[in-house]
Amino acid sequence: MWYYSSPFVVFGDEALSHLEQLSGERALIVTDATLAKLGIAGRVEEALHKAGMETCLFAEVEPEPSLQTAKRGAQVAAEFAPDWIVGLGGGSPMDASKAIWAMYERPDLDATEINPMITLGLSKAKLIAIPTTSGTGSEATWALVLTDTEEKRKFSTGSRELVPTLAIVDPTLTQGLPARITADTGLDALTHAIEGYVTTWHNDFSDGLCLKGAQLVFDYLERAVRDGNDLEAREHMGNAATIAGLGFGNSNLGLAHAMGHSFGALFKQPHGRAVALYLPYTIDFTTNATLGRYADIARFIGLTDSRDEEEGGRILAEKVRELALAVSQPLSIAEFGIDRADFREMLPKLVEYAEQDTQFFTAPRIPESEELAQMFEYVYEGRPIDF
Amino acid sequence: MSFKFPSPEWVTAFDEQINTSDAYANAAKTWEGDITLVIEGGAGIYLDLWHGKCRQAEFLTDPSSKSPEFQITADMEKWKKVLAGKLDPVQGMVTRQIKLDGNLVKIMKNVKAAQELVRCATKVPTVY
Repeated sequence: MWYYSSPFVVFGDEALSHLEQLSGERALIVTDATLAKLGIAGRVEEALHKAGMETCLFAEVEPEPSLQTAKRGAQVAAEFAPDWIVGLGGGSPMDASKAIWAMYERPDLDATEINPMITLGLSKAKLIAIPTTSGTGSEATWALVLTDTEEKRKFSTGSRELVPTLAIVDPTLTQGLPARITADTGLDALTHAIEGYVTTWHNDFSDGLCLKGAQLVFDYLERAVRDGNDLEAREHMGNAATIAGLGFGNSNLGLAHAMGHSFGALFKQPHGRAVALYLPYTIDFTTNATLGRYADIARFIGLTDSRDEEEGGRILAEKVRELALAVSQPLSIAEFGIDRADFREMLPKLVEYAEQDTQFFTAPRIPESEELAQMFEYVYEGRPIDF
Repeated sequence: MSFKFPSPEWVTAFDEQINTSDAYANAAKTWEGDITLVIEGGAGIYLDLWHGKCRQAEFLTDPSSKSPEFQITADMEKWKKVLAGKLDPVQGMVTRQIKLDGNLVKIMKNVKAAQELVRCATKVPTVY
């Protein structure tokens, strides 16, 4: 038995105007200070006002949102009593909005207590997720990642009840996004699509979404990075991120995310850049055991006609590295400017945190601790994994 | 030789598998906590797990006789699927086919240890 969860998805040109058709009294908009300053939150407020709603702006979400921020947001929600909560932004505001939604409705719960095995019983509000980057897929998933600033680590959790009611994927919201953020987030979407396809929890409902998500990233990411105003590329990248989110959200992820979460938390690196770094190396590692179903992906995106797993995996890993290079993504830990001694000092923690990550155990090939440490060493130098 | 599940003999064989598994010892080297595996409406298996070893394994005719940190409950059919490697215990928990009482976060931070524990169980020759 397994589940398939999905929000109602509104996508394409003018998707944001769908907000004008909603019914409700009060909407709490959860976002960050930059989006408030750029006027994007204002566009959302304007549409909600046309729907006759009163709005309240909580624009305090930081990158890699903390538990403390989510608690403050829940307090604002308790005072404002919204019947809609809007998560507007990249993964951080959308993830924070899920935690705020849960804690607003269940003040007896701490965000760390949210898990798929308890019934939240959400009834006071519904959630709208509006991505302003194309990568996280949070608008389509039940997962959330918060950072415990005291323990200096991220934790992933989720609940099927936290799948947004509505996801709005409007290409104009990502128009003009800087190249660096476009690359980081776009490669995050690719990592979702590829890992979502090969995870041990893959299933018939998620497979097609992951394949299509990967294909769209390979077809459109370079264009989106090159020209921030290429609306066709933006639209397809937005769709790719949501489609990949629908895919991995129903199948889980794998080793690149486990290693990337660990690395991102310990060296304070953006999520997308961190997980994407590990993707080709984890493809190498998995392919070395002739596991992974990568050949399906390689065939689907037209890289080969071969059904040979090993050949497909090698070709796909190479293609991922080519794309990363084309969008100026670092391909080794050293390229992040991290000193080798600092890396070595953190290595035991890198391994420990990766092994404790909730995505680690659904990887098609799970390394032993020593192998994992060796993988980090290879990634430091940018050497393809040969074991 | 196969052991009937659940039975005192099966629990002894499981205990031996745990304490001779290097993979479990390594994956669970920081784990501290006892667990009871409960067959819904029936017996239980108590395990006192500590730093990669099983300090005590006991067949319980009355699972409520222990108050462990974690209790994992499922009906007999689900346990059969777990032992046959046909049901991922975490997927079982997420879909609420298997009930966990205890701190899920602690379990999720030790999924590798949990997987090795399940692997030890699947290595016990079992009959029902």
